[in-house]
Amino acid sequence: MNARAEIERVFREEYGRAVAVLVRRFGDIDAAEEAVQEAFTAALRRWPVEGPPPGPAGWIITTAVNRAVDRHRRESSRDDRHARAALLHTRDEPAEEGPVRDDRLRLLFTCCHPALAPAARVALTLRLLGGLTTAQIARAFLVPEPTMAQRLVRAKNKIRDARIPYRVPREADLPDRLRSVLAVVYLIFTEGHTASSGDRLGREDLCAEAIRLARLLVGLMPDEPEVLGLLALLLLTESRRAARTGPDGGPVPLADQDRTHWDRGLVAEGQDLVRRCLRRGRPGPYQVQAAINAVHGDAPDAAGTDWRQILQLYDLLLALDPSPVVALNRAVAVAEVDGPQAALSLVDALGGDRAPNRVMDRYHVYHAVRADLLRRLGRDAEAARAYEAAAARTQNAAERAFLQRRRQELLRAR
Amino acid sequence: MKHYLLSIQQPGGGPAAPEVLEPIMRDVEAFNDELRAAGAWVFAGGLHDPASATVVRVRGDEVLVTDGPYAEGKEHVGGLSIIAAPDLDAALEWGRKLARATTLPVEVRPFQGEPGDHLS
Repeated sequence: MNARAEIERVFREEYGRAVAVLVRRFGDIDAAEEAVQEAFTAALRRWPVEGPPPGPAGWIITTAVNRAVDRHRRESSRDDRHARAALLHTRDEPAEEGPVRDDRLRLLFTCCHPALAPAARVALTLRLLGGLTTAQIARAFLVPEPTMAQRLVRAKNKIRDARIPYRVPREADLPDRLRSVLAVVYLIFTEGHTASSGDRLGREDLCAEAIRLARLLVGLMPDEPEVLGLLALLLLTESRRAARTGPDGGPVPLADQDRTHWDRGLVAEGQDLVRRCLRRGRPGPYQVQAAINAVHGDAPDAAGTDWRQILQLYDLLLALDPSPVVALNRAVAVAEVDGPQAALSLVDALGGDRAPNRVMDRYHVYHAVRADLLRRLGRDAEAARAYEAAAARTQNAAERAFLQRRRQELLRAR
Repeated sequence: MKHYLLSIQQPGGGPAAPEVLEPIMRDVEAFNDELRAAGAWVFAGGLHDPASATVVRVRGDEVLVTDGPYAEGKEHVGGLSIIAAPDLDAALEWGRKLARATTLPVEVRPFQGEPGDHLS
């Protein structure tokens, strides 16, 4: 392996750990980032000449710590008060109980603290643990780079000024706080899976990053079934990547996918994780969603799917998370078990004027599901109108083209 | 330690009826007792209605005094509590308790610097 490729590998795998270690040592996120970046710059200069060191990850951390110590010494003598004020709060940290926690776990909980805006949690996590540049994150979320830079600066300032702690929350707060961490990882994945706006259907880098973070979390918190459930859900969804986009770049629905293009390795890994986490007997929304996807992974085709089992899992999911979006997805399974008419009654009850805030009316998937059910019932004119409503409500160009094509097929068939 | 301001966000529309207010005041007193017992109490107080406010501002060499609150809003600060806490999580825990006692939203905001820099 040449030195440059080795540096890139170490960067992908060790950047987050190096930043996390330095944040704990020096209590200052900016100083940690700067020092770690300087260490990688030094590696780029020296490794091609001297060859990579025997322990590349250790070399990076040691070099970064030395840089930070030098800088800290210079700045403390120049402006002690300022340097002290910049310290992230780590000193009054109570002695931690239980096993020693990885610094990356502390950093994750800090980045995903509920006192930060959700968009800032996502950006900070990608930057500090994923090592993505501000420009890369801005591109991935389709915002101008200065906007993203400002979002990151504001979040880092709030962590420092409000003294958001750098630690794994105590047991009593852990369920709540872990939910926020998992939501950030899931959000990164879904943003990559179906870009919420723009032309391309997926942004694979974000999916890969989310899976990396989920794997990291599984390594750090192997006893949390929802952590396993999240990784399983991401892997099972990712397994269908090659099949879910047609040659024209448009989405291919699950029922029409060529299942020989599913990644069987990811399906098997995901299904194994589902079995592992469900054995714990503490089901949560990610585990159940993963289990639903695991059932799809077993089916030879859409007709050969165990829809009754999927419907049972949706019943459980709806009990855990009684949201209209879950109820909508459950209706899709109802259509396979009890027919499209039964499903349409459920779907219609979710939308329309009776629903609170008419939230479903703004959701393109609601109209797409209705359109499909109406089409299957032979109510073509209503189906065409529903496809039109769905197309008008998605920001994703590939999805919009797909919905419009469905509508035109209906109109041509008449 | 760090100081945090917990400000109680009061909706407009005058004070609550005494039978509503009484149990709230009891809960707030219990909150203050708990703060004192934990050594986290710095200062606390309820404010009169914004109609009681007077604004003083400098215009060139003059100082103008005008009646009324500085900004008319749907909500105003009804009272405040200053606490000492090791970090935001601890401050938010006190904020949760105060919100429960007052039944009103509470804004938690850090003071600049260290406690030694002020009120010493």
